[in-house]
Amino acid sequence: MNEIIESVKNLSIGFNSQKGKQISILRNVSTNIKKGETVGIVGESGSGKSTLALAMMGYIKQGLFPLKGECLFKSEDLLKMSSRQLEKIRGRKIAMIPQNAGQALTPNLKIGYQIDEALRLHTDLNKTERDKKISELLNKVRLPSPETMAFRYPHELSGGQQQRVAVAMALAGKPDLLLLDEPTTGLDVTTQAHVLELLRFIAKDTGTSMIYVSHDLGAIAQVSDRIVVMYAGEIVLEGPARKILKEPIHPYTYGLLKSIPKLSLAGLPASMPGSQPQPGSINEGCSFYDRCNLATDHCKKNSPDLEHIKELDTNVRCFNHKELINQNNNLQTSITKKSNNSEAIEVLKLKDVSISYAKQKFFDQLLNKISDQNPTVKDINIDIKKGETIALVGESGSGKSTILKSIAGLLKTKDGQIKFENDRLLSSDLKMRNPNDLRAIQLIFQNPDESLNPNHTVEQILSQPLKLYFNLSGEELKKNIIDLLKKVRLGEFYMSRYPRQLSGGEKQRVAVARAFAAKPDIILCDEVTSALDVSVQAAVLNILQQLKEDLGTTYVFVSHDLAVVRAISDRVAVLYQGRLCEIGPSQNVYKFPSHPYTEVLLGAVLEPDPDIKPKLVAEDIVEEKPPEKGCSFQGRCPRKIGDICNLEVPPWQIGENGNAIRCHINIDELASLQQ
Amino acid sequence: MLLLILKRIGLGLITLFIVSLITFVGVEVLPGDACTTYLEREAYGAALDACIKRLGLDVPAYERYLDWASNVMRGDFGYSLSGEMPINEVLGPRVKNSLVLASVSILIGIPLAIVLGIITALWRDKLPDIMISTITIFSMTIPEFISATLLILIVAIWLGWLPGIVIIPSDATFYELLSNIILPVVAISMIMTAHMARMVRSSVIQVMASDYVQMAILKGVPYWKMVFRHVLPNALLPAINVVALTIAWLLGGVVVTEVVFNYPGLGRLVIESISNRDLPVVQALAIILASIYVGINLIADLMTLMLNPRLKSLQIRK
Repeated sequence: MNEIIESVKNLSIGFNSQKGKQISILRNVSTNIKKGETVGIVGESGSGKSTLALAMMGYIKQGLFPLKGECLFKSEDLLKMSSRQLEKIRGRKIAMIPQNAGQALTPNLKIGYQIDEALRLHTDLNKTERDKKISELLNKVRLPSPETMAFRYPHELSGGQQQRVAVAMALAGKPDLLLLDEPTTGLDVTTQAHVLELLRFIAKDTGTSMIYVSHDLGAIAQVSDRIVVMYAGEIVLEGPARKILKEPIHPYTYGLLKSIPKLSLAGLPASMPGSQPQPGSINEGCSFYDRCNLATDHCKKNSPDLEHIKELDTNVRCFNHKELINQNNNLQTSITKKSNNSEAIEVLKLKDVSISYAKQKFFDQLLNKISDQNPTVKDINIDIKKGETIALVGESGSGKSTILKSIAGLLKTKDGQIKFENDRLLSSDLKMRNPNDLRAIQLIFQNPDESLNPNHTVEQILSQPLKLYFNLSGEELKKNIIDLLKKVRLGEFYMSRYPRQLSGGEKQRVAVARAFAAKPDIILCDEVTSALDVSVQAAVLNILQQLKEDLGTTYVFVSHDLAVVRAISDRVAVLYQGRLCEIGPSQNVYKFPSHPYTEVLLGAVLEPDPDIKPKLVAEDIVEEKPPEKGCSFQGRCPRKIGDICNLEVPPWQIGENGNAIRCHINIDELASLQQ
Repeated sequence: MLLLILKRIGLGLITLFIVSLITFVGVEVLPGDACTTYLEREAYGAALDACIKRLGLDVPAYERYLDWASNVMRGDFGYSLSGEMPINEVLGPRVKNSLVLASVSILIGIPLAIVLGIITALWRDKLPDIMISTITIFSMTIPEFISATLLILIVAIWLGWLPGIVIIPSDATFYELLSNIILPVVAISMIMTAHMARMVRSSVIQVMASDYVQMAILKGVPYWKMVFRHVLPNALLPAINVVALTIAWLLGGVVVTEVVFNYPGLGRLVIESISNRDLPVVQALAIILASIYVGINLIADLMTLMLNPRLKSLQIRK
């Protein structure tokens, strides 16, 4: 058990900057992987975790090169091997499971061929034995009908299935070490929980060592025996998983854990100030100095070494770690948010809204026939009150973003009405809306890299809505821009910057400021924190909440992240396949989920706590379109009662705690079933 | 799938119909009709009347279009004015010559372009890439009338190895033809190969940077195996359409090269018939060249569809 299979020694990897300076991405990293052990490497984007993982396969990305140190696999240095030698090790001794299997499987080759290729390279089996092995492997990763699966192309599978194929491919060579680079990041919550469960099973079943790289502490907590925390290219904390997650003795890890929104906790997570330093920008002192609340002058000048704490079996890179020992109780705290009064008036009403992506055929259009009887989004009824944050949650394909686009006027509704302020009908066509309505509803997008014009300065970006809606100019315009920047906690000097000169969190804050420039009544937030790192996400959530409390804005918040929704929303609507399942006050929906789908969804959420295991209630089948008749969740429902679910659309029921659900089972009965 | 092919063919036919209408209308609106341009100063009195009668210009335009179109569909393009011989006889040898020139250029140019493109991509920024890329960019930027003239000057006049202009008797054997067309083929290939090699290069580089290539490397697939199985099929797919356009261009459009080398192909016929005001021939050429473009693009589209599993299953599902 204690045999070390791979050991990284004093590894530094870097590149040459344009000025000819050597800049390191990884600095002096050492760690050991023992046989049969799963090590989680966690860090935010830019921390060097992927570079480290790839180096452990002897692979250095183009443009980078090793500066010093070695990666010893069974006491041979991978970084010194020829490509011929590496071919013998990759796939056979160390195998990789990539982040995005959809892009990591070669599009023109069938699944079977790609697995067969690994078998041919790394085993001595003959053709018939290999064919048998392929269906064995596909069976092992629990893919449906493994015989026919081999003849399919990658694009014919769903995201979760592609990821399983990648796992099967990695297992083909019977490796001693599996390297997983964010293997569940792009997947839906329920699929993610299933894939993780599979990986855990495989690790146990085959005794393979695993290196699990992820930014998601929730996923890491579920699989790892040991955790390595990376920051700015260095290991800052390393130790047994439980110790790291429950008693983090490094201020960065501590802050990171606190900034993760948790399902069990209402209110907003605490944010960490600042952002990770760029590679090459640290000259002396601790790399976390700028963001650390324990920092002293000593930290500014001297960089701490990785220190071994015997009683905790932990390595930590911090001078002041002792102050954090036995402080763990504070981890379970959050910032409470002011809730708005519930008597507020309704600002936006969705009445029987249906949206269809199907193009009307030419002849049907002539005859004015409605062609799509089974639209993507159907029968949506939501009344949104002034000053509330209503969240739409669901997995991909649930229609949450579609509804948002319709409210924004970017997508025409097929049926139903959108009413704004005093029951005034809002046209579903953007061109028919009056300028004031356009101003009143603003949108913040998921990815600020794409929503901010890269050729405009922050000043230009923010002045556009101000000029357009309020005709501001000169000093007044400038004053307003500075005001807006202050609101999102950015200084005046950001005005002359271009988006590329900002960090991800700063960019998203500019996008928030742009939306608020229009003094809107409603802001539509489309996965606004999904592209951000956790510590930055918390900051953006806090800004959004602060602005709402100050200005009384209404948010419609779309997210797939249930914990984030829990943190920010007052009310939550759960969607499946474009149909509402459950709607109610957040605290009640999270505490007493009534609808079977809400139960499934919440059960699958991964918490950064090794003691809270996800509950896998339903299969992770992917449905391509909603069923034509009956309940939208009939295909996956763990509590299906019979034909009635297939044939009849379930009625609305309102529970005593204010949740409304759509289910054929009595709401009180559901509550008792879940206990 | 069959439905799709039929649909594409139908669309192609509609395109051809529109082309035929446009050329016909275009010829109609030119000042003067075929007879006045043909007879020039003698275009008066009995001679003009006789000509009009002979060419059937006295009937309304739409009737003439229908008449002409139905003849074209039967493969009869009517008579040329200048030669007063059936257009089919004028076209026959020209089509053959153009085909020979095009196919030799294709057989040499396209494989060369693909090989050069792959080499430059795989040895990106190394010596082979720098050398080949310099040459390709150089030959891409020189206009063909200059490169062709230079070729004649150097190879034909200074060195005297090959004839400078092409004189082919109509009964020339293939071998005789071949020695005559070396210089035109070189001139054409220079530009064509350069363009295509650049395209293949960027396509291969893009695929080499993809996740699935990194995955293949990490799976332990040997380098050349990875190049042939994982990179090339995906990199060359988008090249099919470019190849198709190049072939169509070769068959109908190498006007400049044909004129410089005095090569009796379709391209030169276009120039000749326009300057002779031989309108029936112009019309016929427009239709033929349009058909070539439509036909070859159709084939290219279908090939892309067949070879790209993603598109194939998309179509079947619909």
